[in-house]
Amino acid sequence: MSDYQAFTTEQLATMDKIIARYPKSRSAIMPLLHFVQSIDGYVTPRGIESIALKLDLATAEVTAVSSFYTQYKSEPVGEYHVGVCINTLCAVMGGDAIFEAACDQLGIKNHETTKNGKVSLERIECNAACDFAPVVMVNWEFFDNQTPQSVKEMVDDLQNGKPPVPTRGPNTLRTWKENSAVLAGLSDGLANEGVQAGPATLRGLNIAQGQDKK
Amino acid sequence: MTKLTPVLSKNWNDADSFTIANYKKHGGYKALPKALSQTPDEVIALIKESGLRGRGGAGFPTGSKWGFIPQGDNKAHYLVVNADESEPGTCKDMPLLLANPHSLVEGIIIGSYAIRANHAFIYIRGEVVHVVRRLQQAIDDAYAAGLLGKNILNSGFDLELTLHAGAGAYICGEETALLDSLEGFRGQPRLRPPFPAIAGLYAMPTVVNNVESIASVPAIIDNGNEWFQAMGTEKSKGFTLYSLSGHVSNPGQFEAPLGITLREILELSGGMRPGHQLKFWTPGGSSTPIFTAEHLDVPLDYEAVSAAGSMLGTKALQVFDETTCVVRAALRWSEFYKHESCGKCTPCREGTWWLVQMLEDLEAGRGTEADLDKLLDLCDNIAGRSFCALADGAVAPIISTLKYFRSEYILHQTNGGCPFDPIASTLFETAGA
Repeated sequence: MSDYQAFTTEQLATMDKIIARYPKSRSAIMPLLHFVQSIDGYVTPRGIESIALKLDLATAEVTAVSSFYTQYKSEPVGEYHVGVCINTLCAVMGGDAIFEAACDQLGIKNHETTKNGKVSLERIECNAACDFAPVVMVNWEFFDNQTPQSVKEMVDDLQNGKPPVPTRGPNTLRTWKENSAVLAGLSDGLANEGVQAGPATLRGLNIAQGQDKK
Repeated sequence: MTKLTPVLSKNWNDADSFTIANYKKHGGYKALPKALSQTPDEVIALIKESGLRGRGGAGFPTGSKWGFIPQGDNKAHYLVVNADESEPGTCKDMPLLLANPHSLVEGIIIGSYAIRANHAFIYIRGEVVHVVRRLQQAIDDAYAAGLLGKNILNSGFDLELTLHAGAGAYICGEETALLDSLEGFRGQPRLRPPFPAIAGLYAMPTVVNNVESIASVPAIIDNGNEWFQAMGTEKSKGFTLYSLSGHVSNPGQFEAPLGITLREILELSGGMRPGHQLKFWTPGGSSTPIFTAEHLDVPLDYEAVSAAGSMLGTKALQVFDETTCVVRAALRWSEFYKHESCGKCTPCREGTWWLVQMLEDLEAGRGTEADLDKLLDLCDNIAGRSFCALADGAVAPIISTLKYFRSEYILHQTNGGCPFDPIASTLFETAGA
C-alpha cells in the first residue's frame, strides 16, 4: 500500500459495513468497486489494493472482476458522464444522430473526456427506457425523449456548470462520484425527489381508467 | 376489445406511489399476513395452482420453481430477484420499481417465507441510480415497519433483504451468471445441472425470479386464484406488463391480460406514428425472432407466440415502420450481442464477431447472395452450442429478418449500399436535424 495515499479510517469503516451486508465477503466486491469510484472517480490502483486486502484476494482477482463490467472505469471519466443509447431502437429513432451531435459539440469521441474534466461520452446499450426513446443517461440518470438539439444544449450546460435536471430523477443532477456512492448502497436521501412516473409509463393506466368510465 | 387490467400499475398516477403509505392505502401489505398465516407449503401450492409463470422471458411456472427447493435439508436457502433488466426493448421492471417498489418487497417477503429463505437479494442493473434510490428506501422503510428483519409481524419468520447494484453487464440477467456476479466473480454462466434450486448462490438451494413475477405474488395472494385465472388464456394466466416502443404514436406501459394482441394495443394507444405503416416488431425483446404485420393478431401469450415462431420473452413490443432498414437493425443488434458476450463459450465469443463482420459487409453492399447462406450456416454453429441463451438470442434477429426480408438483404447488394435514409426513421425527421 505504501505507494498510494491510504483511504481514511472512515472510508475503511464504510468498506467494512458494505462487507457486512453479505454472508460471504467476496460478494461485496461490486459495491466496493462502486464505492472506490465514489471517492476516486474511477477504479484506482489504491482501490484495487484496498479491496484485495479487505477481501483477502489477490489484486489480479479484483482487477479481473473490475475489468469485466463496463461501469467500472480504469481511467477517470468526467464529472458528468453522458451515455447515449445506440442500441437498435434508440439508434433508429435518433440515437445515432444524437451521439454524433454530442461528439461535435464536445469535440470528443466515444470513451473520451473533455480537457477540463467536466464531460465524458460513451455509447451505451439498452437502458430499459425504450418507451422514452431516444434516451440519454447522465451519471446514470434518465434524460428521456432527446433530440440532437436538446443534447447539444445539455452538454453545453454541463460544460458551463449548469447541470440540467433529469427527466425521471432527483431535482438536481448529482456528480459521477456522488451517484457512484448510491450504487455502493449509501443513501443520499433523494429518493422522494422527482416524478413517480413519466408520461409513457402512465399511458396504459390512463387508457384503462378511461375504459372504466365508459 | 380486451380491457386493460392495471394491478401493479394501479397506483402509479399518485405522485407518492412509491411510498409505503401510498402502497398501504391501495391495499398493500395486506397479502403478507394472509401468507404468513398459512404454512410455506400452502403458499407454494397456491402459487402453483394460480398458474403464474415467469415474467422475465422463459415463462417457467413460478410455483413449480419454488417447489424444487429441497425442504428440511438444514441448508441456507436464498431468494434472488433478477432486476438486471437489460434485454433490448425491455423497459417494464425499471418503471415498476420507480413507481411501486413495495410490490416487489412484499412479494419477496412472501416468496422467501414460502421457500424458507432467511436472506434475499435483489440484483439490480447499475445504470439506473434513481431506481436504486427508490428501491433502497422501500427496503429501509419495510425494515422500519417491522416487515423485514427479525420476527416479521410476530410470525417467527426472519428475513434480511440486500440490494445489490450490478455494473453494466447484460449477461448478468442470465440467472447463473447473475449468481456468479453476486458471489463476486465475473458474471459468466454456469453449466447446468446442477440447477440453482439445488446449488445456486454459495452452492445453496436458490430461487431466481424476475421482478414482475415476484411483484405479482401479493395481488394473487390477496385476491385469490379465481380472480387471477379470470384473466389471460388457458395456459397463460393473469395480467402482465406489455411495453410498447418505437414508431408508434403513443409508446408506454400497458398492463393487460395475457393474450391481448398487438393490434389491440395499437388500437387502444393510437396506432403507428401518423403516415407510416408497421414493418416489423419484436414480441419480447431483441432475442425473440421478429414478427411482421401478418402477426398483428397473434395472442401475446406463451403458447401462441411460440406457435407463430417466436417467443413471448419480456413482452417488449418494439415496433418499427417502413422507414427502418432491417439489415441495419440486425447489424445493430448483432453488435450488441458481440459486445455483451461474456467470452466463456467459443461459438458465442468468436461467432458474434463473425456475425458482425458479415453483416457490416452486407449492409454496405459488399456482400453476395452466397453470403446469406453462409450467415445462416454461422448462426447454426452458434445457436444451442453455448452454456446460456445469449448465443440463441444473438442469431434470432438474423434468422428471422432473413426469413421475412431476404429480398431487402439482396437489395443492399444490387443497390451497392443501404437504400434507406436513416434520418427518415428518426423522430425529428421534420425538425431539420
